[in-house]
Amino acid sequence: MTKPVAAPTLNARAKQPGHVLRVTEALALDCGVRLAPYTIAYQTYGTLNADKSNAILVCHALTGDQYVAEPHPLTGKPGWWDTLAGPGKVLDTERYFLICPNVLGGCMGSTGPSDVDPATGKPWGLSFPVITIADMVRAQKQLVDHLGIEQLFCVTGGSMGGMQVLQWAASYPERVFSAVPIATAPRHSAQNIAFHEVGRQAIMADPEWCGGNYQQQEREPRRGLAVARMAAHITYLSETALHRKFGRNLQNREALTFGFDADFQVENYLRHQGVAFVERFDANSYLYITRACDYFDLAAEHGGALVNAFRRSKTRFCVISFTSDWLYPTRESREIVHALNAAAANVSFVEVATDKGHDAFLLDEPEFHATLRGFLDGCAQHRGLPGA
Amino acid sequence: MSVDARAFNPPSELRGDLRLVGSMIEPSTRVLDIGCGDGELLYYLVHNKGVDGRGMELSQSGVNSCVRHGLSVIQGDADNDLEDYPSDAFDYVVLSQTLQATRKPREVLLNLVRIGRHAVVSFPNFGHWRIRLGLLIAGRLPSTALLPYPWYETPNIHLCTIRDFALLCRDEGIRVERSVSLDRFGRPYTRALANLMAEQGLFLLSRTR
Repeated sequence: MTKPVAAPTLNARAKQPGHVLRVTEALALDCGVRLAPYTIAYQTYGTLNADKSNAILVCHALTGDQYVAEPHPLTGKPGWWDTLAGPGKVLDTERYFLICPNVLGGCMGSTGPSDVDPATGKPWGLSFPVITIADMVRAQKQLVDHLGIEQLFCVTGGSMGGMQVLQWAASYPERVFSAVPIATAPRHSAQNIAFHEVGRQAIMADPEWCGGNYQQQEREPRRGLAVARMAAHITYLSETALHRKFGRNLQNREALTFGFDADFQVENYLRHQGVAFVERFDANSYLYITRACDYFDLAAEHGGALVNAFRRSKTRFCVISFTSDWLYPTRESREIVHALNAAAANVSFVEVATDKGHDAFLLDEPEFHATLRGFLDGCAQHRGLPGA
Repeated sequence: MSVDARAFNPPSELRGDLRLVGSMIEPSTRVLDIGCGDGELLYYLVHNKGVDGRGMELSQSGVNSCVRHGLSVIQGDADNDLEDYPSDAFDYVVLSQTLQATRKPREVLLNLVRIGRHAVVSFPNFGHWRIRLGLLIAGRLPSTALLPYPWYETPNIHLCTIRDFALLCRDEGIRVERSVSLDRFGRPYTRALANLMAEQGLFLLSRTR
């Protein structure tokens, strides 16, 4: 069955903090492939209580990982939800047991295209099966089973993490006491697919990508991946936020150079984002995970009606969106809310006013944090967890 | 932070009409409070009557306040967001002092008795003598505690009298299980000429089945 092992395949990863679960039983993927064996790298914070009722599963976004509340092992930067998770914070590690797995297809220890295919002894590359959000969640369920947790107190996450939350609530409703999908959608919109395609084409257009076999040829499509990140990063912000941060300010110069250097601060910022990203992310993983988002359509999975995904659900939902998020706009959160209403599910819905765009879910937004804290406190009362 | 009750009045100080609304609701039932404001009534019902309470509120600040206090509330309004709910999803649907601000009060009313086994509806009585007299003597639209807005910016676009409301219920086949008239302090008005003397109407309704 399943047993934890100390280190995954790559040497660099042996130094990564956290845990790895190696599963030998095959995972039946949506594409029809049975994946075995596979690993789930995950990190935990806090202590699981005696009756295992205080576990919160944190699902990360497209380029996130399991390092929610500690410095990233490669970049040294604070955990991606450091504003929200930690002792005394909203996701209070003195009260809750946080579990954050790296998604299937990822590049931080969970099985993905940069790992070695046991059948060939070579990196998977593009022969890795295309995975879906539901596949990621199936793998996470193996982890939750392994930890002996009958019911998660909460499943939460933003963006692609929010898709996993919805999938959890739909696939395993009895295993989810409360669900908080943040800045997300029940399906990936045409616009979102379009942006992802730009990113993928940037990677594939890089000659260093080598048809996906760059590892075997000891090359790396750094430029393509950086451009993909730059394009994506714009979608995470808002026009207002970009203007406030940079305006038309020039980068370390007094006048325009009449050339194609990064004259503007915003150019310099994006280039920096791109360059920093390639230090910690794998290009093929980016292809696979963006594809998983594109394929996500929870209604289609349930006979075309989103309400069917939530029928008879006893889960307590709190849907959160942000006013200036144009990547996952509020109306898409509202679709989720309408479907939950139609299923007479227990749902709260809050739209937080902010000009920070999609990224607001990662930032210090007091109203968002107060809302989530209040919701979790209410759920804790209902679940019979001790007060804060 | 624990659920903070201080933001709400203690139950004994619930607004008079809300106290009466609360008294119409059986304990341990499923309740939807439409236009729940900052959640005062809902909080009372959840914590004192053990109801499975949900709320709907138009103002985002009201919604956020409710959710911060552990209540299950969504942003939405009676005109647009009731269609989604299945029939008989709740034991009680409460619409307190909101019907007159809806665009289609008749459709809203029909939705209330469809979604809930019972509906509790309260509204300002446009037949109150002070309003009648104001129009007759001063020739001005009313400005009362319940209807404080000037005509050009009032959200109250579909006003009715207690008699109007009762007639609509009759025409739509909605059963009036109980009706109470309230004075200006939200106390039951039990004497004669309610349509002239009461400032609010409060009805417990159900669909004729």
